[in-house]
Amino acid sequence: MSQGVGMVGLYVRDQDEALEFYVEKLGFKVHTDMKNGDYRWLTVQHPDQPSFQLGLFKPASPVLDAGSAQALREIVAKGAMPPLVLVVDDCRAAFDRMRAAGVEFNQEPVARFGSVDAGFRDPSGNGWKMVQSRRKS
Amino acid sequence: MIIDGRVSQDPEILRRLLRAKDRMDAASHEEWPVRRLARVSGVSEAHFARSFKEAFGIPPHRYLLTRRIERAKALLRDTDLAITEIAFQTGWSSLGTFGRTFRDVTGDSPGELRAREKAAPHQLERVPVCFVSAAHRPDLTIAVSEKRRQDADGMNESDETEVP
Repeated sequence: MSQGVGMVGLYVRDQDEALEFYVEKLGFKVHTDMKNGDYRWLTVQHPDQPSFQLGLFKPASPVLDAGSAQALREIVAKGAMPPLVLVVDDCRAAFDRMRAAGVEFNQEPVARFGSVDAGFRDPSGNGWKMVQSRRKS
Repeated sequence: MIIDGRVSQDPEILRRLLRAKDRMDAASHEEWPVRRLARVSGVSEAHFARSFKEAFGIPPHRYLLTRRIERAKALLRDTDLAITEIAFQTGWSSLGTFGRTFRDVTGDSPGELRAREKAAPHQLERVPVCFVSAAHRPDLTIAVSEKRRQDADGMNESDETEVP
């Protein structure tokens, strides 16, 4: 793919914690991890999706003022950021594997409308739906 | 803490309050007394209800009510379960209380809502079901008792007097 969305960023409360979560628990790979003073550009990739990066950013100075950073930290912690969807081949198998790894699920797998879906949160509060690819179901 | 004139809450505590909200979402048919929710969040019972309301704009018991009504609406729409069974499955112990509360919140009786929803075509198949569910959640900005009283009085506005 030569055109399209290349990166979408998430706000996380702690980049080390987010890196550990997305890499160790979800199986993503680090794409870029660069520090410049207090600023850290950190992106990860799904192993099957080389043209897309997920950015893991901390709402903080120097990009944001203190009030905006605090407001964003609260919004993330309240689970108020927009929905995220992870597509998997086998939702129940992924659920078993991820729960054993310590992922916080807020919805166990449910079969409905020709698919299976579950829900989990990252440590910061970002909410993911994990949806089984319809091709397999 | 106040930043730029806005009351600010500790993100670590908000993250734990979110856990209580998630637990109610996952099992809205269960009983969720403040003691149980406070334990999930790791905050004191004395602070839980106020902190929850500050965080999510609605007292915890009313949030639970919106989730129960939302689930009952989905079951009325998507299944052929008897209304008694739906009341039981969504956490009510009395069919009368369920019917009255449902009408107070949605404006319809469960049977009326089912008849209308079944007659209407739906175009939501492309939206993941959890988000459809959220879109159908009642926006309960006032207490049900207050809504009931307003409807009875024919009033549109009133000060909220509920104490969390």
